[in-house]
Amino acid sequence: MSEIAARMDDAASSSFAVRRPLVSERQVAGLLIAALCVLLVVIIALPLWSLLSKSVQNTAGDFVGLANFWTYASTPTLVASLRNSVFVAGMATAITVPLAFLYAYALTRSRMPLKGLFTAAALLPIFAPSLLSGLSLIYIFGNQGILKHWMMGAKLYGPIGIIGAEALYTFPHALLILTTALALSDGRLREAAEALGTSRARIFRTITLPGARYGLISAVFVVFTLVITDFGIPKVIGGQYSVLATDAYRQVVGQQNFPMGAVVGIILLVPAVLAFLIDRRTQKRQSALLSARAVPYEPKPDAARDYGLLAFCLLVAGAIVATYGVAAWGSFVTYWPYNLKLTLNNYDFAAVEPTGWDGYFNSLKLAGLTAVIGSVVIFCGAYLIEKVKAFPGLRGFAHFLAMLPMAVPGLVLGLGYVFFFNASWNPLSVFYGTLTVLVINSIAHFFTVAHITALTSLKQLDHEFEAVSASLKVPFWTTFRRVTAPICMPAILDIAVYLFVNAMTTVSAVIFLYGADTKLASISIVHMDEAGAVASAAAMATVIMATAIGVKILHVVLDRFVFSRLQSWRRR
Amino acid sequence: MTASQPIASPFLRVRGLNKSFGAFRALKDIDLEVARGEFVCFLGPSGCGKTTLLRAIAGLDPQDSGTIEIAGRDVSQAPPSQRDFGIVFQSYALFPNLTVAKNVGYGLVNRSRPRAEIAARVTELLEMVGLPDQGQKFPGQLSGGQQQRVALARALATSPGLLLLDEPLSALDAKVRIHLRAQIRDLQQRLGVTTIMVTHDQEEALAMADRIVVMNHGVIEQIGGPTEIYGAPDTPFVADFVGHMTFLDAVVTGPKTVRVGALDFVVADDAGAAVGSQVRLAMRPETVRARMVDEAAPNRFEARIGELSFLGSFCRATLEPTGSSGVRISADFPANEMRDLEIVEGQLRAVSFPPEALRVFAPSAPGAAS
Repeated sequence: MSEIAARMDDAASSSFAVRRPLVSERQVAGLLIAALCVLLVVIIALPLWSLLSKSVQNTAGDFVGLANFWTYASTPTLVASLRNSVFVAGMATAITVPLAFLYAYALTRSRMPLKGLFTAAALLPIFAPSLLSGLSLIYIFGNQGILKHWMMGAKLYGPIGIIGAEALYTFPHALLILTTALALSDGRLREAAEALGTSRARIFRTITLPGARYGLISAVFVVFTLVITDFGIPKVIGGQYSVLATDAYRQVVGQQNFPMGAVVGIILLVPAVLAFLIDRRTQKRQSALLSARAVPYEPKPDAARDYGLLAFCLLVAGAIVATYGVAAWGSFVTYWPYNLKLTLNNYDFAAVEPTGWDGYFNSLKLAGLTAVIGSVVIFCGAYLIEKVKAFPGLRGFAHFLAMLPMAVPGLVLGLGYVFFFNASWNPLSVFYGTLTVLVINSIAHFFTVAHITALTSLKQLDHEFEAVSASLKVPFWTTFRRVTAPICMPAILDIAVYLFVNAMTTVSAVIFLYGADTKLASISIVHMDEAGAVASAAAMATVIMATAIGVKILHVVLDRFVFSRLQSWRRR
Repeated sequence: MTASQPIASPFLRVRGLNKSFGAFRALKDIDLEVARGEFVCFLGPSGCGKTTLLRAIAGLDPQDSGTIEIAGRDVSQAPPSQRDFGIVFQSYALFPNLTVAKNVGYGLVNRSRPRAEIAARVTELLEMVGLPDQGQKFPGQLSGGQQQRVALARALATSPGLLLLDEPLSALDAKVRIHLRAQIRDLQQRLGVTTIMVTHDQEEALAMADRIVVMNHGVIEQIGGPTEIYGAPDTPFVADFVGHMTFLDAVVTGPKTVRVGALDFVVADDAGAAVGSQVRLAMRPETVRARMVDEAAPNRFEARIGELSFLGSFCRATLEPTGSSGVRISADFPANEMRDLEIVEGQLRAVSFPPEALRVFAPSAPGAAS
């Protein structure tokens, strides 16, 4: 013993002695967490605060209490928009959620073939700006639509068009929630019920539905919020039918009536905050539903059910692909629908829009920067919040701010940015209209989902990595670099792709924020559509969609062939 | 060595340690000293505070009040990186994306030593834990027992003065566990590194430790060597938690005599209980004597052999003393006794318990077992 021990003592005292750090880990951690808090306050809290305070001021900036809200309530046209918004959101929800539920049921609870293809088809709308579905419906059912007679004289431009386009656009969002909810079920419950000779209808009523209940509630609120806060679709297909989102745009951009815009923004905040709170609650219960020992459900073949669901999915997936396909086709057509000769003329954007292709390149720059900066900031932030043990108060505060954007529709956040970054007292106002503010806004807008993705992957790591590092006197940033970040690389890539696709397709937040040199592709779609150049608008939307899908495919390919090699340690 | 005998110059000294989680008091005024080179086990049921105490010593979950000294240095407020310890967790916490060699060398790399020196040290450590050729594998390719040994090598790489083991064997199969028990103990003896191991497995603690610290509800119930903890438990909790014990309600009838039902027992130590007071009499099942019990043997009585359960090398019987209805005493009979004495269920036979094997507890003792 003594010889080895003496040698170890010797080793400890000389050759392997630690260098004394210049600053303690605690100081570094504290500084980083404080920096994170400041960042989140500037990009999330202060813009929202500006929105709230603007709503209780008059145009001159004096405090007027709730007078603006009173004016709103007593203006019939504004109240009508509120009613319209609730109506279209309610209708779209009533159409989308049941369809998405059945689709999700087919994907998770049947032996239907081609599930991968059906999933991909249903997710298509995620990769396009929301207003593309509106443009498609115009191609199909609009004044020059190829299936105009299907409308039987009814007018597309207005609630019908909005509801139809929103149903298409929100379908994948509902589907993702519901597939997760249906996949999270304990197969043993069903087996137990079948062993007891329970009828299929009763199993559905007593096991399947209650199991997916929280997912359903969550889907209803998410779809409702997406529709009520969406700006693009009502803009292109709403005609004279005004809704809250278009009102906010008109008040701020058209009439420069900032306080009234703020009031509309706050009204839009209500369903979103409600949805957020309910979603938080249901998620807690959902996880409690599934114990660690639950067995996933393996459906048995059943011809009648499988073919019935296959027919249904063919219909829905066909409708989605066809709609988006028509818009893409239409963008190559010389003069819809009279001269169907294919042409690239519509892609000469400079002919109809002064900024031409610049908008697209601006969007690429925005999406690229948002993806790179955003994934780094968000992942590092999530690491500080989840893995650093010091300063629990500050970390809790940062987490709260990181979760906030989920409850804030893009349009509302955009308004907040206008009020905050446009304020004369704000030294940051030099950034107004620049790419910088667009990138910051996009990171803030999509912060929460990326933050949750990062947290989920961090929580899967062994909780003692940091403790082990500390015992080995290795500072946390070394372990972050050598262990944590490499292990979480797939999640970081997911975050980057998510940020890229969303920054590429979003309209709502950035519509208030672009400047003369920083007009984005999605905004030039709105302008080209306003100018009557529908084909060019569809062309630009198609370019965006193609780019987003391209990036996603690139991600999948890289993930499979390149990054899997770096992750060789995952193989047993 | 017991708690009452202070250690001349303890390597680890814990004084008045308190820790609460909300309203729950996880540690209450813990005092503890560990000598250099000693192997100490913290033993107790889950939630007793043993892991909390270990993490406080490591500085991972700092205490609310109290002091901790390691090697004469007060580290009560020091962060983990400025305390001198290596730690092994139940989950191993090996870095899955680094090879075994890089895991072991993890703590050496940031000490600006030549690469060859680090490689040599890593090789030496892997040989020491019996995994000489596994350096280039990833942790996921090793068995649980091998992973645990890698974790041990990593913890020892920086030659810490104190080795902390947090339930290191709980996630392993029974056979591997027993094998690793011996290996860890052997390594600890060879290196002479002061070691604290947390466990809820009393067998593990008895087999490995120089001293055992039995904890319950955030307090130390008893500190002592394995034989002392097993043979002379201070409290009913210790008696019940370590090994198997029968507890009987008894009345003190005289100096060193107690009565249970119609039975009178002579005890070696009556714990100073007053005549007439209610006490609890405790006995371990294996202290029963059934071979050649003569009439004059102390604590001899006749009992019916109740339910018998076969447990491999011995049988556990429930004794039902005649004339004392309701009194049930567990007794273990080794397989050879079962055979030689032809013990069967329902049989009446004379048995005895030697006075020095009986323990008396005042019933109000804290942590009384149910």
